[in-house]
Amino acid sequence: MTPWKSGEWPWYVAGPLIGLFVPALLIVGNRVFGISASLSHLCAAVAPGKVEYFRYDWRRVGLWNLVFLSGVLLGGLLASQGGPHAIHISDATHASLARLGIHDFSGLAPREVFTWHALLTVRGFVSVIVGGFLVGFGTTYAAGCTSGHAISGLANFQLPSLVAVIGFFAGGLAATYFILPFVIGGV
Amino acid sequence: MSTLSAPEFQGCGSGGVEEPEAPLRFLPVYLLLGAAFGFVLSRSQVLSWFRIQEMFRFQSFRMYGIIGSAVVTAALSLALIKALKLKSIQGVSISVPPKVLGSGIQYAVGGTIFGIGWALTGACPGPLFALIGNGVTVMLAAVISALVGTWVYGAIRPKLPH
Repeated sequence: MTPWKSGEWPWYVAGPLIGLFVPALLIVGNRVFGISASLSHLCAAVAPGKVEYFRYDWRRVGLWNLVFLSGVLLGGLLASQGGPHAIHISDATHASLARLGIHDFSGLAPREVFTWHALLTVRGFVSVIVGGFLVGFGTTYAAGCTSGHAISGLANFQLPSLVAVIGFFAGGLAATYFILPFVIGGV
Repeated sequence: MSTLSAPEFQGCGSGGVEEPEAPLRFLPVYLLLGAAFGFVLSRSQVLSWFRIQEMFRFQSFRMYGIIGSAVVTAALSLALIKALKLKSIQGVSISVPPKVLGSGIQYAVGGTIFGIGWALTGACPGPLFALIGNGVTVMLAAVISALVGTWVYGAIRPKLPH
């Protein structure tokens, strides 16, 4: 087993490593670790239109963030070298998802849902397109996502971030138990 | 948030209060850090829809361990940076601008909307991009849809409670 080169890192390695991006970005350029503002920067860069919210100097505020994000994509590409890495989820989750109608457990996300071809199905469309829309709308409304609120914000003991994180889980739990059975299972 | 005038990014990637004249020569550093982050997201498997489902179903400690230890590490680092009054290597004094709670509606409602999207896509914004790199290219459609969602928020923002 070579956990450093392939497979999964244990949580106590992965977690602290993720946490270290907060001080790293502060020390490099006093930047607050967070991903979702990039979505606004991209809108401001590509199609600000007449929307006041997107009319600002995105290069000055967010170029670093967009470059960081390009790096994230590259890092994913690097990590994917050396073959696919199976996700070994718990037996309980395997059973729950099988009941939901998931049969292909070989990828990072179920191939029955997350392929271009599946976009034309209800489960694919809702998961990718509706889900993606809610991710963009929600994170921008909440002024932060998992990185900005759950990690940077909680680490800085910010009450707004705690409220946001409670929201993340309320929404996630609701979707898991009340929406996914219809979307994936087609109940 | 009470003011609606200028876009106020308070946190998720907003940068400091005093915007440093971002020197272009540091951009490769951000690219490198981003790549490292994408690699960690992949190896830690937090970008996996399956792991997110495991988390929302409380069937594994893994994701909670990862997020929890990430927060503790970040908090300790922040405390250290504040205690030592460190400056960034670009010479700016380090400060994390505090978020204002206000009514809290934007955090509660926006957070819940994102949470639904998180469970549906099985990914938050960072992992969406890391997944594209990992060959789950359909997430490009999710990113485009997220940009549409962001744009719609921007457009109707004056009508939304914050």
